[in-house]
Amino acid sequence: MNWVTIKEKISNKVVGIAGCGGLGSNAAMSLARVGIRNFVLADFDVVEESNLNRQYYFRSQIGKKKVDALAENIKLLDETISIVRHDLRLDPVNMPEIFGSCHLIIEAFDRAEAKQMLVETVLAHWPDKPLILGVGMAGTGNFNLIRQEQWDKNIYVCGDSVTEISDENPPLAPRVCIVANMQANLTLELLLQGK
Amino acid sequence: MRITINNTSEQIERDQLTVNELIRYKNYTFKLLVTKVNGQLVKTHERDDVLVREGDDVQILHLISGG
Repeated sequence: MNWVTIKEKISNKVVGIAGCGGLGSNAAMSLARVGIRNFVLADFDVVEESNLNRQYYFRSQIGKKKVDALAENIKLLDETISIVRHDLRLDPVNMPEIFGSCHLIIEAFDRAEAKQMLVETVLAHWPDKPLILGVGMAGTGNFNLIRQEQWDKNIYVCGDSVTEISDENPPLAPRVCIVANMQANLTLELLLQGK
Repeated sequence: MRITINNTSEQIERDQLTVNELIRYKNYTFKLLVTKVNGQLVKTHERDDVLVREGDDVQILHLISGG
């Protein structure tokens, strides 16, 4: 499929980004580059200096709301991309409205509790909406442990499924970006299949 | 009983188990899981009530922090 056709096929798709940290910011930027023109971003956090080792933000953006900083960076690529921003903590009550219009959701939270809440909410409300999780991307090396798996009809898992973040295993750009781009790659694949 | 766990057929040396008993039986140590039995979501607080029986299809997803 050529580039023009790819862009045409995905131009009306809406992608939800649940969490705009390492996974969410990097996945969104890749998708914006390849022609996703509609995003729904949700995050309650602000950019901190400690985020710069993996998240798609810059020193000048420290202190900004992540949804604003990410929208700003996407707009640098293309000002006409539509971005709906939700500066809040997602929960099972607000989520259905926030992501209702999305064709697909990328799970990009940091806490396992939040990941669980998102999976359960998506299964309960939209069994047919693809959800792509990032699970296990801390530390360095171990590239061959990273993989993509379909857990359920519409639930996919990218990552190594085992390396949890800790002081000894910090999340760092190379592995986090690999997993974020696996999520973006699978998003593109599924949307081109008509999901 | 013979059941399917994450698409793999397994023999469990019990006639039936609750979802939580199955998690302990399998020695799953991850704290945060999403569980489904026969395609139906079983939330954390339901795992002591929902039974797994012969022929059931169980899906267990474990989640860890990072992102």
